[in-house]
Amino acid sequence: MKYWRIPFDVDEIQTSRGSVTIIEERCKGCGYCIAYCPRDVLELSDRYNAKGYRPPAVKKPEACVNCHYCEIICPDFAIFSEELPPDAME
Amino acid sequence: MEKSKKKAAHPLDNLLRTDRIPHIWCAGCGIGTVFSSSLIALQGSGIDLKKTVMVSGIGCSGRAAGYVKLDSYHTTHGRAIPFATGMKLANPELNVVVFSGDGDLFAIGGNHFIHAARRNVDLTVICVNNLNYGMTGGQAAATTPSMAKTTTTPMGNPEQPFSLPLLAFASGASYVARWTILHTRDLTKSIEEALLRKGFSFIEVLAPCPTGYGRRNREAPLETLRLYQERTITRNGAHPTEATLDINKGITVGKFFEQDRPTCVEMYDRTCRPSFSQESA
Ligand code: SF4
Ligand code: SF4
Ligand code: SF4
Repeated sequence: MKYWRIPFDVDEIQTSRGSVTIIEERCKGCGYCIAYCPRDVLELSDRYNAKGYRPPAVKKPEACVNCHYCEIICPDFAIFSEELPPDAME
Repeated sequence: MEKSKKKAAHPLDNLLRTDRIPHIWCAGCGIGTVFSSSLIALQGSGIDLKKTVMVSGIGCSGRAAGYVKLDSYHTTHGRAIPFATGMKLANPELNVVVFSGDGDLFAIGGNHFIHAARRNVDLTVICVNNLNYGMTGGQAAATTPSMAKTTTTPMGNPEQPFSLPLLAFASGASYVARWTILHTRDLTKSIEEALLRKGFSFIEVLAPCPTGYGRRNREAPLETLRLYQERTITRNGAHPTEATLDINKGITVGKFFEQDRPTCVEMYDRTCRPSFSQESA
């Protein structure tokens, strides 16, 4: 993880990890989740859904911290994150 | 990603009429975000959802009542608050949430709003403010900023908009806040607070309407969010007279006011049927 200042307790604090799921057929391609994910997990995919929108794709799955920001900002109930055990990806 | 292949269940699916999703709101329309934040707050607040109703008026935001899997009412234009007031008076046990737009609540239904606030009717009023009449084609509303372009103000809006927090405060609302859809966490927390407290709570949420307002004011959806990001200043406790909503001077957001005072039902019982209120106390 990138910090602008290294916290003293960085070794003790466990950052939560998430797994993000996209429900492609609900997406309307607004790009909010991609633009505002704080960890830059998402990118625009090269696919189109049945309605002709381009849903996001997961670019860096290991970077997701399960903050749920994408889940709330998405106006279309098309993306959500779930908690992973801290060591799930190591 | 294996997961996106199988039919994934969104954590809010149990509060949504999923057979109606995708909803009719345009791509990038902020109503969906306000709605999602409201559902998360409903879920997180721990209130009894079997005793919770959502009431909407007419307009794009008014569609919300049709998507929530709770008892809900899609009422006539501007009349969400009178329907909600009636429900609360008939059954004070209900948690009544009004979810509607700026046109419905403040133009067509403006009088209902000020009087429900004055009486401190125990309602949670969530107003999606997208600065214009979206559904009917982007006409100027009572909230359209001065000089903004709409279909009915092609040379710029010559009028002054209402300041919704100030109007709510002056009318007697006992909780007043303003957020944007970018402030997902504060917004959700604010709605939760409003749901859990007694009295007339008002939350204004700025949301893009890319199809109506955005298109005529050169704001693509992401551009509107960038403006929110750059121009909003969070000032909890700011006096509602100081809550500006001006692209140049800044957009003040925050929880501006909260003060408990007796609700409409409490005052009525105390004054008009004292024996009843003693029995139930
Ligand atoms: S949960 Fe947070 S970190 Fe994970 S993808 Fe969504 S916005 Fe990004
Ligand atoms: S925020 Fe939702 S609708 Fe918009 S691109 Fe992301 S998943 Fe699609
Ligand atoms: S017209 Fe505007 S408010 Fe209505 S759904 Fe479209 S973007 Fe949203």
